[in-house]
Amino acid sequence: MDFLSIINSAASEILSPTTAAFALATIGLNIHFGYSGLLNFGQAGFMAIGAYAFAIFTMMVDPTATLGWPVWLSFIAAVLVAIVAAVVFALILGIPTLRLRGDYLAIVTIAAAEIIRFSVRTQDLTAITGGSQGLRGADYKGDFDAMNPLTGTTYGFGPWTATAYDTWVRIVAWSLVIVALVLVWLLMRSPWGRVIKGIREDEDAVRSLGKNVYGYKMQALVLGGVLGAVAGVMFVLPRAVQPDNFATTMTFYIWTALLLGGAATVFGPLLGSVLFWVLLSFTGGVINLLHGMGVFGDMSGSQAGQIRFVLIGIALMVLVIFRPQGILGNKKELSFNV
Amino acid sequence: MKTSSRPQRRGLRRVIAVALAVMGMVAGGATAVAAAPLPETEQASPYNFNGIIRDGQTPVEGVEITVTGNGVDETVATGADGRWLIGVPSTGTYTVSIDTSTLPEGLTLRDPSFESREFEVGGSTAVGVLFPFGPATGGGGSGSDPGTGSSGAPSGSEAPAPGGEGTPGGSSDTGASSNDFGSQLLARVISGLSFGLLLALAAIGITLIFGTTGVNNFAHGELLTFGGIVFYATTTLVNWPAWIAVIVTLVASAAFGWAHDWGIFKPLRRRRVGLVQVLIVTIGLSIALRYFYQFLIGGGTEGLSVDRGAVLQIGPVLMRTSGVVSALIAIVVLVAVGLFLTRTRIGKATRAVSDNAGLAAASGIDVDRVIRIVWVLAGLLTGGAGILYTYFIGANIKWDVGFTILLLLFAAVTLGGLGSAFGALVGAIIIGLVTEISTLFIAPDLRYAIALLVLILVLLFRPQGILGRRERIG
Repeated sequence: MDFLSIINSAASEILSPTTAAFALATIGLNIHFGYSGLLNFGQAGFMAIGAYAFAIFTMMVDPTATLGWPVWLSFIAAVLVAIVAAVVFALILGIPTLRLRGDYLAIVTIAAAEIIRFSVRTQDLTAITGGSQGLRGADYKGDFDAMNPLTGTTYGFGPWTATAYDTWVRIVAWSLVIVALVLVWLLMRSPWGRVIKGIREDEDAVRSLGKNVYGYKMQALVLGGVLGAVAGVMFVLPRAVQPDNFATTMTFYIWTALLLGGAATVFGPLLGSVLFWVLLSFTGGVINLLHGMGVFGDMSGSQAGQIRFVLIGIALMVLVIFRPQGILGNKKELSFNV
Repeated sequence: MKTSSRPQRRGLRRVIAVALAVMGMVAGGATAVAAAPLPETEQASPYNFNGIIRDGQTPVEGVEITVTGNGVDETVATGADGRWLIGVPSTGTYTVSIDTSTLPEGLTLRDPSFESREFEVGGSTAVGVLFPFGPATGGGGSGSDPGTGSSGAPSGSEAPAPGGEGTPGGSSDTGASSNDFGSQLLARVISGLSFGLLLALAAIGITLIFGTTGVNNFAHGELLTFGGIVFYATTTLVNWPAWIAVIVTLVASAAFGWAHDWGIFKPLRRRRVGLVQVLIVTIGLSIALRYFYQFLIGGGTEGLSVDRGAVLQIGPVLMRTSGVVSALIAIVVLVAVGLFLTRTRIGKATRAVSDNAGLAAASGIDVDRVIRIVWVLAGLLTGGAGILYTYFIGANIKWDVGFTILLLLFAAVTLGGLGSAFGALVGAIIIGLVTEISTLFIAPDLRYAIALLVLILVLLFRPQGILGRRERIG
């Protein structure tokens, strides 16, 4: 593997559907943490809910085959099911914890996300969720593939070449990212956004103005969670559903991306996600190259590859200590005193 | 994935053999199954049924046993030592039957329905099948229902699920010697108690750190893994005697805890970094350390070359001596920590800092020193828990063992009341019991989910935890 191909594969991450899905989840987390000050450590749980609800609805109900619905309607129905599931999950999470101090929400959300992962991977539910093997992509991609207006074989150029299906996923996923960005931008300059930011700054002050703080926090939790669920759907469209993709580590990566780009900014999550994946791919490539040159002795390639995750951890620490506002953020806008 | 399944498999089989033996004794009929280990031959089939047919102490030769199901239809006759073994290729339900016409004159099955029974092959690789002989007995009673011998290896010890990053692999060797509900429950309770004591050791570190500094340390699991890895390195990689390895591990863990404070948390306090920032720092630390461990020991499960002790039978419960010793050590250490916190000056100072750091500083307590001591203590306790935990899960170590039980630790701490050391003990034992007992009713891979569900339910009804104080929930 030469240096050019490392650059190429890093560059291809810029437009990859995974980056788009990741950006959506990060935008959702930005609504939670950046704008509302909610410590949600269960964003991977929202993604899992979305992914599984979408895939299971498509496989089990399959309205295209059983009810004769047009494919676009089935797809939208499945996405709606994912959204409803995320709303229910957010309500269940929020009711006991939003009245408590922030770190309780952190522990409960991380626990709930793990409950979701344990539940979908248990062997007792293998018939529905596929157990630890997850679900095969071919079983739920049919509707989405049938909607594809692209008929050629490959699209794009250079590192951004993709098959017709992949290009279709990219178009949809990145369109959703744009929609989410516009939504966040509009919301945060609306009266609702000002109340949300006020809650982040001083909950009691907002309460004394007669606002229902609990209700606003709940709305923010639901909204960010819905974005997480949609991100989950986009995340599984180019691959299979794997329960361990939605582990706590995923949540931590989303946090890293958010803090890298800058919390409480509109474009921070997008920039952070793109940079995160590009840097991950780049460091992976460089380590692979060094490993090929024998720098790590007789250590196996996958073992040496762990260094980049060590770097992620260190980067997260350094970032939070020395530049908590990230690249785009404004330090005054950050509330770390939840 | 590098796994050391060979020695483990053999160990498992030995456990099953012993379990079988004990079952035989409990069954107490005319037939007892001897404690001799099963032949450890190389088998082509991944699963097998086996057993020994004996009349009293005399092995019976030439009894025909048939296993049918899933495309298998195989009959074997018992050898001169009374043993039989039939391999099957896959999991599933099989019918195991005995040809009563081949039994010697005067020997009859105690329960005629045992002539042909269905067995499930799933969790364990070898299923021991008993055929108790003797006069038919009327009813239940413990031991009259000798089912499968696989109970010696509790259902939690199933082979790691494929693709299983983060599979909860923890399980003790504590099992019931018979299959009836009472002894199963007792076995789970004892297993849960020892698991809870282990959790308590590690959880007290979390709660002391939270109490004195307000930091939720998400990298605490890595302290536990650190203890396990140092123990693995000293016992298995360089072959030091166990007691030296333990001392080295404890010293290293204490130093590691001190290094946490000196290298990261003290500078952060100096900078007056906000608590949520510090929380995210601990997450970064957790990721960095965890993958550094994986860089060091690889992504597989590594076996430790330590003696795990013989299997003991206490009433209807089977335990490893190492399990008993672990639990006793945990109790002693916990009592010592309790005395330290309530009787010594520095322990009282710790609690004073927990209550109100500003007031403690004003009354002449060196808060930084107390926090340093708390970190060293947390490192020591958690590293020690790491040693015991590697024993508890079957003398092996994986790069993320600490992280897989981190949430259980948080559940224990939150359940007991954040910041309360005695609450952490109570919470840890509850969590330990809930995880283990729940395996009687639900799939073992869901038991951690149940523990976390308990956490959420407690927060719903008593957010300050069992022993916590109201003002902490803000």
